[in-house]
Amino acid sequence: MWDLLLAPFMIRAVIAATVTGLAAPGIGTYLVQRRLSLLGDGIGHITVTGVALGLLTGTSPTYTAVVVAVIGALVIELIRASGKATGDLALALLFYGGIAGGLVLVQLAGNGAFALQAYLFGSITTISSDDVVVSLVLAGIVIVAGLALMPQLFAVSHDEDFARASGVPVWFYNGLISVLAAVTVSVAMRTVGLLLVSALMIIPVATSQQFARSFRSTMLVAMVGGLVASLGGVVISAFLNLPPGATIVLVSLAGFVATSPIGMVLERRRRARVPYDPDALPLHETSEERHRHVHGPGCGHLAIEHGDHVDYVHDGHRHAVHVTGEGQHYDEH
Amino acid sequence: MTQLSPLVLDDVGVVLDGRPIVRDVSFDVAPGQVVAILGANGSGKSTLIKALVGLNPVSHGTVSLFGTPQPRFRHWERVGYVPQRSNLGTGVPATVREVVASGRIARRRPFWPMSRHEHDLVEAAVDLVGLGGRAGHPVATLSGGQQQRVLVARTLAGEPDLLLLDEPNAGVDHASQVAIAETLGGRADAGASVVVVLHELGPFAPLIDRVVALREGRITYDGPPGQLAEGAAHAHHHDDLEEGGWLPPMQAPLEGGR
Ligand SMILES: Nc1ncnc2c1ncn2[C@@H]1O[C@H](COP(=O)(O)OP(=O)(O)OP(=O)(O)O)[C@@H](O)[C@H]1O
Ligand SMILES: [Mg+2]
Repeated sequence: MWDLLLAPFMIRAVIAATVTGLAAPGIGTYLVQRRLSLLGDGIGHITVTGVALGLLTGTSPTYTAVVVAVIGALVIELIRASGKATGDLALALLFYGGIAGGLVLVQLAGNGAFALQAYLFGSITTISSDDVVVSLVLAGIVIVAGLALMPQLFAVSHDEDFARASGVPVWFYNGLISVLAAVTVSVAMRTVGLLLVSALMIIPVATSQQFARSFRSTMLVAMVGGLVASLGGVVISAFLNLPPGATIVLVSLAGFVATSPIGMVLERRRRARVPYDPDALPLHETSEERHRHVHGPGCGHLAIEHGDHVDYVHDGHRHAVHVTGEGQHYDEH
Repeated sequence: MTQLSPLVLDDVGVVLDGRPIVRDVSFDVAPGQVVAILGANGSGKSTLIKALVGLNPVSHGTVSLFGTPQPRFRHWERVGYVPQRSNLGTGVPATVREVVASGRIARRRPFWPMSRHEHDLVEAAVDLVGLGGRAGHPVATLSGGQQQRVLVARTLAGEPDLLLLDEPNAGVDHASQVAIAETLGGRADAGASVVVVLHELGPFAPLIDRVVALREGRITYDGPPGQLAEGAAHAHHHDDLEEGGWLPPMQAPLEGGR
């Protein structure tokens, strides 16, 4: 057993899995906050072309993937920011074009179709020492930027209009989130693979949202969860000879399912622990009676000033108009 | 040193989707002045406020902030904007404290943590809107009025010299309206200028130096609040606009506050 764990390829895979497991949910938290949960998926599709270009030209697919992923992510961000109604369709064309173009290019490269498999679904045996170094550096940048620029990235993803009105260069930070996501995809494709990379960016965030109350703790817990899933998935896949990407995703899904009852219990406790709402309105009784008229000056019911409103005496009790989103009814006062 | 006027509008027009929404609006706000913008739904109040902070294009005329034409203005930390409504509860959870702290974003340098003093300012802003006991709660668990108060606290935390508030008391209970009004009054006394969109002056009445009324994007009244002619902009609120100023705020015994 230790033979397998200490094999050089395994050590490389574990290092790649560690940095991927931390970086993917870190940047994924911002994507979920911006409601761009599927951005990683789109970038993954486009990156297939990047990998194919590497295989075709004989350069390391890691480098070509980063370049194509970053360009693709910036194009996606430009289309999104333009806010055009046709933007949605344009993105779909881009994604399918990316994956189809990649498959055709790989065919041109000869025996590439088999090589591509490793990038689509992840592979722990094909990671070179060069790849490990590149992964460490790139994922390191993503993790440091994601944590150190949290105030800026949070402000921009939480309320873009407010950030813009505060003079924050929103276009820059939105572009930065896209670039960091693209870099994460290129790093994660070694272990998780391009087709499942988005899952590792999103599922740990969905899991940690169940317990976390703050943005910061959501991100940190998601990163820990991503790390556990990524490491666990790689080790399990090595022993059982399963595809690593799918195994990692199944482990993180299992984490989500296993923790959801705990999340529900915590949520219920939390609600119960708030003894009363100090800001709650005083007891709010709604009148069930149907009214043939709207109370108002001269309606025949005695009007009594009651604080900031007027009550109308109606069959021996008081009615106050309460206008709500749905319409108006009368409260008993 | 003469103080530059924090806000000058000269013949401002805003066109959205080819439709003129705001037209020929000119006024300027002095340091320490509190201006209420009144007008019926759809009269262009929010459109105008958003144009002032650059969220809508200024299609005609010029907006100047602290003596600089808006397109070249860089000191946005001096301007605090409170949007009319914001969907705070979506996406990843965030605490009241985190959202309020994001109000200081214009004053923060990338990669620098907040100082002790800045943390205190954030806590003070949360306390001011009466959410001190809830600073660590996720904003999504707050009521609509409480979320509105978070938006006000977020802007107060940024210590702006010019506050642009779009209906800050929509859905906010009387006691909190009084607290917000008092805070804004304090800021105005310290020299900050306040432009606030309101439907009823309510607890803000004692602060308001001047009322600008809009109708279909044009100014129909600009002057002291007491003289706003009945029905000029707000026929349905004429009860509040009687001669001799504003009715003192009334409140029910249960509402607390002052
Ligand atoms: N993005 C937009 N594109 C086109 N028209 C718009 C847009 N936003 C607002 N309008 C129009 O501009 C007009 C003024 O809207 P605005 O939101 O400024 O009104 P308001 O005075 O703030 O009203 P309220 O009291 O309801 O807040 C409305 O007729 C609205 O339909
Ligand atoms: Mg409005």
